[in-house]
Amino acid sequence: MDEQPPRRPGELSFAARRRLFLVGAAGLGALLLWGLFGLPDYRDVVPLYGQVINHSAVEERSSTAVVSAVNFDYRGFDTLGEEFILFAAVLVLALLLRRLSEERRDRHEWKARHEHTTSAAVRLTCAALVGPTVLLAVYITAHGHLTPGGGFQGGVIAATALLLVYLGSDYPTMQRLRPLPLVETAKAAGALAFVLLGLAGLIFAGAFLENFLPLGTPGDLVAAGTIPLLSVAVGLEVAGGFVLLLSEFLDQLLVIRRKQEADS
Amino acid sequence: MIAVQLAALLVVAVGAWATVMARDPVRQAIVVSLYGLALGLLFFAFQAPDVALSNIVIGAVALPTMLMLAIAKTKR
Repeated sequence: MDEQPPRRPGELSFAARRRLFLVGAAGLGALLLWGLFGLPDYRDVVPLYGQVINHSAVEERSSTAVVSAVNFDYRGFDTLGEEFILFAAVLVLALLLRRLSEERRDRHEWKARHEHTTSAAVRLTCAALVGPTVLLAVYITAHGHLTPGGGFQGGVIAATALLLVYLGSDYPTMQRLRPLPLVETAKAAGALAFVLLGLAGLIFAGAFLENFLPLGTPGDLVAAGTIPLLSVAVGLEVAGGFVLLLSEFLDQLLVIRRKQEADS
Repeated sequence: MIAVQLAALLVVAVGAWATVMARDPVRQAIVVSLYGLALGLLFFAFQAPDVALSNIVIGAVALPTMLMLAIAKTKR
């Protein structure tokens, strides 16, 4: 075990803190068990809201993926909120990981770090996986209203393709494939498109995020009104957000240095 | 189906325990990646494929990557 740090006056001893924790944990455990024994068996009871949605989603929205119908239509407003939580989080991350005035960009060090660490097998595997990963991301996003998945899942998968590019090649190659102004634009355009589609619902159908497009036939790729469009909007925003997030972390690791550190 | 669900619950329990027991942050990042994958299987076994897809990418790829990049940056 680690050495105990010296105790400041007025601070609880380790034994007292452990006693406090054990009392608290016992109380929490008892409450949790009490709550767990009161839960309905999830297989027997589908809540009323679930029954209604399962019954009416395909007919009302032409979406065979009921979860997507909920996310992008019945509760589309919640998704708008979630999207802007992610937007704000990535924004703050970019702010925190920016290059400070006492830091500089090192353009040489990534070479030494990379060339000795990546085997040919890793490079080949990553290069082979980039295409299928992007294809999967597009598929998951475009089929959001048909099968499980949607813009969020597709967007994150798309961003991992960039990680594969970095692992399979080097920093400059990755840099060329993620022009940051374009990435930031895609992220903002996705968020904007979601709001505009919502406003279009307000104008053409009478309520914010109300569907205003023809519903088509359930099961078709172009169907379910605004659901696939909102899914693509979320996909753009999430892909842009996560590419930006990974880029900021990689930049911090590979090229941002304190000014007094020597070039290597 | 029950057998698959029980197996998934067991794998998640073992994964959570392993994540807590791994004391070295780098090892912990790798173990948490496997744990994220196990959680994805759990969600899938309990008929939540949408959440499973999200968790497989976020829990098994994005989170460990961010952790490892942050560890690599701060260890210099």
